[in-house]
Amino acid sequence: MNEYDVIVIGGGPAGLAAAIECKKSGADRVLVLERDRELGGILQQCIHNGFGLQIFKTELTGPEYAERFITELRSLGIEYRLGTMVMSLGADRVVKTMSPTDGLCTLSAKAVVLAMGCRERPRGALAIPGTRPAGVFTAGTAQRYMNMEGYRVGKDVVILGSGDIGLIMARRLTLEGARVHAVAELMPYSNGLTRNIVQCLDDYGVPLLLSHTVTGIRGRDRVEAVVISRVDENRRPVPGTERVYDCDTLLLSVGLIPENELSRKAGIEIDPRTNGPMVNESMETSVPGVFACGNVVHVHDLVDYVTEEARRAGRFAARYATGKSFADGNVVKTAAAGGVSYVVAQSLRESNLDEKIELFLRVKNVYRNAKFVVTADGSPIKTFNKKIATPGEMQHLTFDSALIKGRSFRKLTVEVE
Amino acid sequence: MMPDIQELVCIVCPLGCRMTVSGFSGDAASIAVEGNGCARGADYAVREATAPTRTVPSTVGIRGAALPRLPVKTARPVPKGAIMACMRVIRGVSVDAPVAMGAVIVEDLAGTGVQLVATRSMLAAE
Repeated sequence: MNEYDVIVIGGGPAGLAAAIECKKSGADRVLVLERDRELGGILQQCIHNGFGLQIFKTELTGPEYAERFITELRSLGIEYRLGTMVMSLGADRVVKTMSPTDGLCTLSAKAVVLAMGCRERPRGALAIPGTRPAGVFTAGTAQRYMNMEGYRVGKDVVILGSGDIGLIMARRLTLEGARVHAVAELMPYSNGLTRNIVQCLDDYGVPLLLSHTVTGIRGRDRVEAVVISRVDENRRPVPGTERVYDCDTLLLSVGLIPENELSRKAGIEIDPRTNGPMVNESMETSVPGVFACGNVVHVHDLVDYVTEEARRAGRFAARYATGKSFADGNVVKTAAAGGVSYVVAQSLRESNLDEKIELFLRVKNVYRNAKFVVTADGSPIKTFNKKIATPGEMQHLTFDSALIKGRSFRKLTVEVE
Repeated sequence: MMPDIQELVCIVCPLGCRMTVSGFSGDAASIAVEGNGCARGADYAVREATAPTRTVPSTVGIRGAALPRLPVKTARPVPKGAIMACMRVIRGVSVDAPVAMGAVIVEDLAGTGVQLVATRSMLAAE
């Protein structure tokens, strides 16, 4: 009873889309494992609109986007277990789980899809000086408290980091009657989507302080004030620029970290640039039969692209599980160079490529009139021009596989100038 | 007075197209839009120049469900100037579980003529 064709770890947007695609691609017994009390993952707390324009051609909120997938999953009769934590993924795709109702279970599958998503970078990762009062939250935690659990997070708020969740929370808090004094961003540019700066900060007159950071937290039991300083080009605080903001809450929106403890313990190779598993064109990791998709691979800014990636992982996981062979042959490695911080997928098996290749990447800086150059073994094969490329917006480059097929290239490099 | 030519970031979808709008302060017919990736973007630019609107997502209280808050949104965008009036109404609303996604929570929100609808289903807690 505990043997499956495909086990999907994580019931958020990536896991849901992967499981549905597995089933549609011919895998019969598909199981989704979710540690929360319901499916949907982070979408359930993202009550704002802006989801689904690519996939559904209509603008949805996070819960609406999730519910469409949950409804489809149920109608396909896909099995799922809630409140279930995966303890380990071992050799031969043996999955050990723990839950209050079933205790410890040992399951196995012909293929596994990793869809664990990511976590927020906490205060401890930043080394902000000052006291340790209540009132310091990661932006996503505050979002869950407010939107799902019904707590009012604070009345006077400062936000550190201009990631999308921080920007969204600036608007949400303002609408709920709190005063958001400022969003401080260490870098000279925002890491959030431009549309969020427009509709979350500009619309409500919340100042965005670029090249600023929090250099002190004051208060004994609860936050009483936060000190913000300007930073120089080396991101060091400039003495004499300190400004004290009286507030009761500090939100941190300072980055997301793919959650890969399980992957690491399973011996899956991790790309130090993405902090996610290295994957090939089929979203398969370095361990055969183990696939990965969504934020566990690299942090996405649009859920629609997570869905697309998850569908690819699901399709290939089903193919693996149903014993259809994967062609061997030439493997082309991809690499980031000059100005590009990473490239996903990290390798491409030539004979498995669809008609189009889609590479995902991010740039390290803001580039105006950006020119992306794809080079194969030293010779440029394709260029792309973009009006603007910023680190906050994931880039994807799509080109014909015919450009590399049958040419036995070893390495594909992407750079920006 | 708005300048005649304005750079605008599209907020219709997360792609955030950078658009140039000319005739910004003029009437809708005289407005020219460039840089939009789709027709929706052009519509947004014209709306933003003449009568800006926003969809308002929020939550209302829910009794008898596993969670105390139910996510909602305005079924259509409301005028930007009406957002705070909408929020004042939303803050006082509370419903009983179960609720289905799309259910109308408030028929005419703060006199905008726009419905407030549930954005997820919530079962009654067991």
